[in-house]
Amino acid sequence: MNNLRLIIHREYLARVRNKTFIVMTFLSPLILVGMFSLVAYLSMLNNSETHTIAVKDDSGLFQGQFENKDEIDFVDVSAVSLEDAKLLVKEKEYYGVLYIPDTQDNVELAKSIRFFGKEAPSIGILRHIERTVSENLTTRELISRGMDISQIKAAEAKVDIRIENFEGKRTSKMSNYVKMIFGGAAGYLLMMFIIIYGNMVMRSVIEEKTNRIIEIIISSVKPIQLMLGKIIGTSLAGITQFSIWVILGTVLLFITSSLTGMNLMEGQPQMQDIEQVSNGEMQQLIIDITNLPILTLIVSFLVYFIGGYFLYSAIYAAIGAAVDSETDTQQFMFPIILPLMLGIYVGFFSVIENPHGTVSTIFSMIPLTSPIVMLMRIPFGVPWYELAISVIILFVSNAGIVWLAAKIYRVGILMYGKKPTYKELYKWIKY
Amino acid sequence: MDNLLVAENICKKFGNFTALNNVSINIPRESIFGLLGPNGAGKTTFIRIINQITMPDSGVVHLDGKPLQPNDVAHIGYLPEERGLYKSMKVGEQALYLARLKGLTKAEAKEQLDYWFTKLDIKHWWDKKIQELSKGMAQKVQFVITVLHRPKLLIFDEPFSGFDPVNADLIKNEILQLRNEGATILFSTHRMESVEELCDYMALIHESNKLLDGKVDDIKRQYKTNTFEVGMNPFNENELLSELNGNFKIGKAQFKSLSDDLKLSIQIKPNESPNDLLQYLITKSRVNHFVEVVPSVNDIFIKTVTTNE
Repeated sequence: MNNLRLIIHREYLARVRNKTFIVMTFLSPLILVGMFSLVAYLSMLNNSETHTIAVKDDSGLFQGQFENKDEIDFVDVSAVSLEDAKLLVKEKEYYGVLYIPDTQDNVELAKSIRFFGKEAPSIGILRHIERTVSENLTTRELISRGMDISQIKAAEAKVDIRIENFEGKRTSKMSNYVKMIFGGAAGYLLMMFIIIYGNMVMRSVIEEKTNRIIEIIISSVKPIQLMLGKIIGTSLAGITQFSIWVILGTVLLFITSSLTGMNLMEGQPQMQDIEQVSNGEMQQLIIDITNLPILTLIVSFLVYFIGGYFLYSAIYAAIGAAVDSETDTQQFMFPIILPLMLGIYVGFFSVIENPHGTVSTIFSMIPLTSPIVMLMRIPFGVPWYELAISVIILFVSNAGIVWLAAKIYRVGILMYGKKPTYKELYKWIKY
Repeated sequence: MDNLLVAENICKKFGNFTALNNVSINIPRESIFGLLGPNGAGKTTFIRIINQITMPDSGVVHLDGKPLQPNDVAHIGYLPEERGLYKSMKVGEQALYLARLKGLTKAEAKEQLDYWFTKLDIKHWWDKKIQELSKGMAQKVQFVITVLHRPKLLIFDEPFSGFDPVNADLIKNEILQLRNEGATILFSTHRMESVEELCDYMALIHESNKLLDGKVDDIKRQYKTNTFEVGMNPFNENELLSELNGNFKIGKAQFKSLSDDLKLSIQIKPNESPNDLLQYLITKSRVNHFVEVVPSVNDIFIKTVTTNE
C-alpha cells in the first residue's frame, strides 16, 4: 500500500510538472473563451446584416403583404421583367428575387413560386416567406369558400399548455433544452477527459518501456501496483487540471461578458427558437436549472468519471504495455474510440429523442457507453434502481477489465521488438 | 554448504516454448556466482523468477532457508540487462523514489545515497536530469540504485554490457568489495572471460537446461586434459618428434615466444607425472616453456554444449 502511495505521488508530480501540462492548463481556458467570444461576435455580425429581397409579383395578390422584418427588406420590382429583376438584383447585390407568376389559381400558385439567388436562402428567411405566402393563400381560399375571416380570427384559440410534473413543480418548454445541454455537456466532457487522460496513461507506460526503467521498478513492486498507481496518479492530475479550468473559465467568462457588455444568455443555442424571452421566461429558465437533479448529476458525474476513466485507462495502459512506440498504437485505438463515439451518438440522437426509450436504456447499462449515455439521461430523471444497476455493472466489469488489462500489462512491459497481434494479446492473458 | 539461494526444479514455459526445464541451482553465501549461457538460454527468465517478476510453473525458490516471499524484494538488488531511468526526472529524486520502493525510509535512503554519491564522486549530479548525463554517468547512477538498500543478494544481468572500460573496472571492484562485505552476487553473462576473473562458482545453462554447475576451480580440474604446452630448441628435432609420437599424443601449439624452434602440446596419461616428461625433454632439448593447459571457461562451455547436442 505504501508503494502504491509512492507511485501515485510520483506519477502525479510527473504529470503536473510537465511543461505541456502547465501550458495547456492555463492556455486552454483562454483559447476556449477566445473562441466563444469570436463565435458570439460573428453571430452578432451575421444577425445584424440586412438582406434585401426583390419581389416580382405578377399575380398582384401579394402587394404590400410582405412585411419588412429585422433582417429582411422587401422591394417591389413587379414593374420590370423577371430578367431585368435578376440583373437588378445582381447589380445591387440583393439577396435574391422572389418570383410569383401570373395566375389566380391557389393550387397552381402554391407550386409555382420561385426564388432566384446567388446562393440558397437561409432557412429562417425561407420560412418567413413561405409562412406569409401560405397565410395569404389560406385566407384567400377561405374567403373564396364563403367564410367570414373575422369570424375565423375570433374563433382561433390561443393555447399555452402549462407543463407540470407530478410533484406539482412547474416546468417550461425550455426545460428540455436545458436538460439536453446539461446532460450533453456532462457526457461530452467525460469523453474528452477519458481520451485525454487515457492517452496520458498510455504514453507514460510506453515511456517507461522505452526508457527501460520498467524492469527495475517491477523488481520492487507488482506490475498491477504500478499500473494502478499510474492510473490513479494521472486521474488526480486530470482532476487538478479540470478544477483549474473550471475556476479560470468562470473568471474569464465573467470578465469577457462584462467587458463586451454582452448578455451571455443570448449566445446560447437553446434560445434561438424561442422568439421572445420575456422576463417571466427568464425566471422560468433559472427555475428549470435549479429544478435539475443537480446533486445527482454532480455525484453521478464523479461516480461515472471514476468508473469510466478506470475502465478505459486500464485498456490504454494495456495497449501502452503491448507496443514499443506510440506509432504502433494506431491498430488498437479503434476499439477504444468506437464505444466512446457510439456513446456520444446514442446520447445526442437517441437520448434527446426519447430519454427513456429502449436504445437509451440499454446503452446506459453497457459499461463501455454507460458513463456517457447515463450522464445525458440523468437530467431527464432516471429511476434510482436503473442508476444502481448501471453503476454496479460498470464497477463489476471494471474489476474484470482491470484484471485482464493487468495480465496483458504484466507480460507486455517485458516484451520488446515485435508488434503484437490481437491473438498474441489473448495468449498473454493466459500466461 | 551454506546456501543463500536454493532454486529447486524450476520449470517455466511460455506457450509452447520451454524457457527453463527442471533447473536447480544453489548459490552459496558470500560468493560470486556466474550464470552462464548463450543468448536465449533462459538466464534472464531464471533471474526474473528470483525477482518474482515471473512466476515459475513449478519448482520452489528458497532465500535464506525460507520460500520466497513478496517482501523479499527488499533483500534483493537487481540490475537488469535492459536498464534505464526516467529521462526527465532529477537524479536525486529518482534515486530516492526507487530506494523507497525497495522499502527504505526517506531518511535511510538519503543517508545511503549520500554515502554512495560521495564514494563515486557524483554528488554534484543530484539536481541534474538523466537526459543531461552521458550514458556512462547514467550507468553509475543505476549501479548505486541497485546496491543502495544493502541487499543480501545482488543480481547483475550482463553488468558490463555498455560500460566503458574505466567504469567497468570501477564497477568490478565495487562488486568484489560488496562480496567481501557479505553480499552474495549472482552474475549473469554470456561473456566467459568475466566469469574467469570474478566468479567463485558457476552454472551453465543451455537451451533451457542446466548442463553443469559447481566451483569454478573444480569444474576446471574436471575438464583438464593433462596437456602441457612446451616450447623448446631440440638438439635433434626429427628424433625427438618420432620418440614423442611413440609415447604421447602430441599436437602443434600456439603461443608467443621469442626463441622456440618447436612448439608442441603434449598430453600425458592421468597416472603419469609431468616431471617425467620434463626430465626426458631436458635431455633432448633446451626447454624454454612448460605450462599446463588450464581449460578456459570458454573451452568448457563449447565442449559441454557440443557434447550435449
